[in-house]
Amino acid sequence: MLSFLTDYTLQNVMIGAALIGIISGVLGCFAVLRRQSLLGDTLSHAALPGVCLGFLWAGSRSMESLMAGALFSGAVATVIMLTLTRRTRLKMDAALAVTLSLGFALGVVLLTFIQNRGGAAQAGLDSFLFGQAAATVRGDLYPMAVIVLIGLSLVVVFWKPLKLMTFDPEYAAVSGLPVRLLELFLTGMIALAVVVGLQMVGVILMTAMVIAPGAAARQWSGSLLGMLLLAAFFGATAGISGGVISALAPGLSTGPVVVLVASAIALFSLLFAPQRGLIPSRWRRRHKRSHTSSDRILLTVYELAREHGDWSYRVEQGAVDAYYGMVTEPLLQALAQRDLLKAADHMPDEGPHWQLTQSGCEYAAARSRDQSRTRRLRQVERPA
Amino acid sequence: MSHSPSDPDVHHDPSIALHLEDLTVSYGERPALWDIDLDVPAGVMAGIIGPNGAGKSTLIKAILGLVPVSAGHIRLFGEPYGQQRRRVGYVPQRSSVDWEFPTTAVDVVTMGLYGQLSWWRWPGRGERDQALRALEQVSMESLADRQISELSGGQQQRVFIARALVQNPDILLLDEPMAGVDATTERQIIDLLRRLRDDGRTVIVVHHDLQTVQRYFDWLAFLNVRIIAAGALEHVYTANNLRRAYGGQVALLDEAQNRPNAPSDA
Repeated sequence: MLSFLTDYTLQNVMIGAALIGIISGVLGCFAVLRRQSLLGDTLSHAALPGVCLGFLWAGSRSMESLMAGALFSGAVATVIMLTLTRRTRLKMDAALAVTLSLGFALGVVLLTFIQNRGGAAQAGLDSFLFGQAAATVRGDLYPMAVIVLIGLSLVVVFWKPLKLMTFDPEYAAVSGLPVRLLELFLTGMIALAVVVGLQMVGVILMTAMVIAPGAAARQWSGSLLGMLLLAAFFGATAGISGGVISALAPGLSTGPVVVLVASAIALFSLLFAPQRGLIPSRWRRRHKRSHTSSDRILLTVYELAREHGDWSYRVEQGAVDAYYGMVTEPLLQALAQRDLLKAADHMPDEGPHWQLTQSGCEYAAARSRDQSRTRRLRQVERPA
Repeated sequence: MSHSPSDPDVHHDPSIALHLEDLTVSYGERPALWDIDLDVPAGVMAGIIGPNGAGKSTLIKAILGLVPVSAGHIRLFGEPYGQQRRRVGYVPQRSSVDWEFPTTAVDVVTMGLYGQLSWWRWPGRGERDQALRALEQVSMESLADRQISELSGGQQQRVFIARALVQNPDILLLDEPMAGVDATTERQIIDLLRRLRDDGRTVIVVHHDLQTVQRYFDWLAFLNVRIIAAGALEHVYTANNLRRAYGGQVALLDEAQNRPNAPSDA
């Protein structure tokens, strides 16, 4: 059953995909925190013309020349992007989008040109669009491993500047850090990560590998270091499972499968992470209910009715929710079952309304008298 | 005072905490700051006040080298900022960062020490202790390990102040530190700043609330693209200067003048 672990192709796929997941997960955290999620997208699309140029230059599909080409066009794209944001009135997102489309259009033109030239050597170059894990050979892994190692050591060495610049770039500049240079450096490193993943994941979906692990990791971790480690783990998990699935199912492009796994991890984290997840925080809000008695809510409705001088005053459920900072519907329903409240008519564009019943009004009045009597007694008892 | 043409720095007195000369800063078409001359003596609690768009934040950013200067020069204790970095503490506006960043209060304060650590050294125990002491100064030590996203606005502001204090600065620049904080925090912050001033440090605060100017500061600069007036509070806090700085913003002016001890033209 585990024989596939010794399979040559699968070994390559697993190691390669893990490398991609780790480097893009780690570097992607910075893009996520700097709110530059589109950066990975732009850099990967911009890498396509570089891949084609690398191919034309080397005349073959050697990994090194393709990577060098991708790095070159990634660097050009970075310069275009930063120049557009700094020198023109374009905002970052517009500059990213412009560079992305420009790079991709150029890449597709070159790709068609190469394919029309014919020849056996061009075979499979279009797999760079969606990635093809099964095509990975051992020789491809070495340049990938070198780049990953360089990328990770740079993060360790420049930990403080990168962290400071990501949290508060202005303060980083005040502390004497060359922020512009660091920005270029960080973008260059993300371009490196993208280049590593091109062959296996493809230019179109590589961005998910940059963003999804970081976004998922943020949900679980309260420190930058923890977030980076977790993102590396998530990235590797997505890479390996996606890579293996697509390698086992012939003809299946790797990119989409990897992205589906990464998105599943991100979605799960967004929903279920204990502190920041949607469902746990919902649950906490609902759980608060047990500390709030339905009698208190009835009294709130009663007070509102009294202030409005109308015992049949209709109180909107949203207002009660807002007052208690929780979902009060179950408590309101319980009060209705005890025949203390009843649902009231309301405008179609408003939420459900509730009003006191006759018995609810009497019950609340009695409770309210009790409360004020207790308060008075306490005041009397309190030593002067 | 005459300038010697060969050595323009000869008169740059180190007892002047902040010296601006002929400073002009421009974003595109019109200057944000025009021909600013300003000398803030050491050991004062100075307020920089002026209407919206007067260039108050730009002034702070120019001092710190964050925006390019079109003309003029800036000296801190007689030296350019680049040489005095460690003596300057900066507290930016709270809204300038994303508080969802995954980190704790004490970690943010530790970042104030990054500039002093050699670039390959990771902060350790000693740096953490220093950061905790800075948090103590702003009464935040009990929240040291709290996620910054869970802090209230006032608490976040105090974390920023602690980050500036941790490097033990001689001059402190604060950009609207009272914006969006509750009354208790505001009192705490002002008490802390006063203590720092009494300690001999220079505190410069960009401030927007005219109601409190007189109570908080002992030195003032009225700014509206140019310097309208600058000097000790009792000399420059006059209705005339207020009017000149705030121009048509009558409501603000009335508010300030309707207070019982409103300033009058001396």
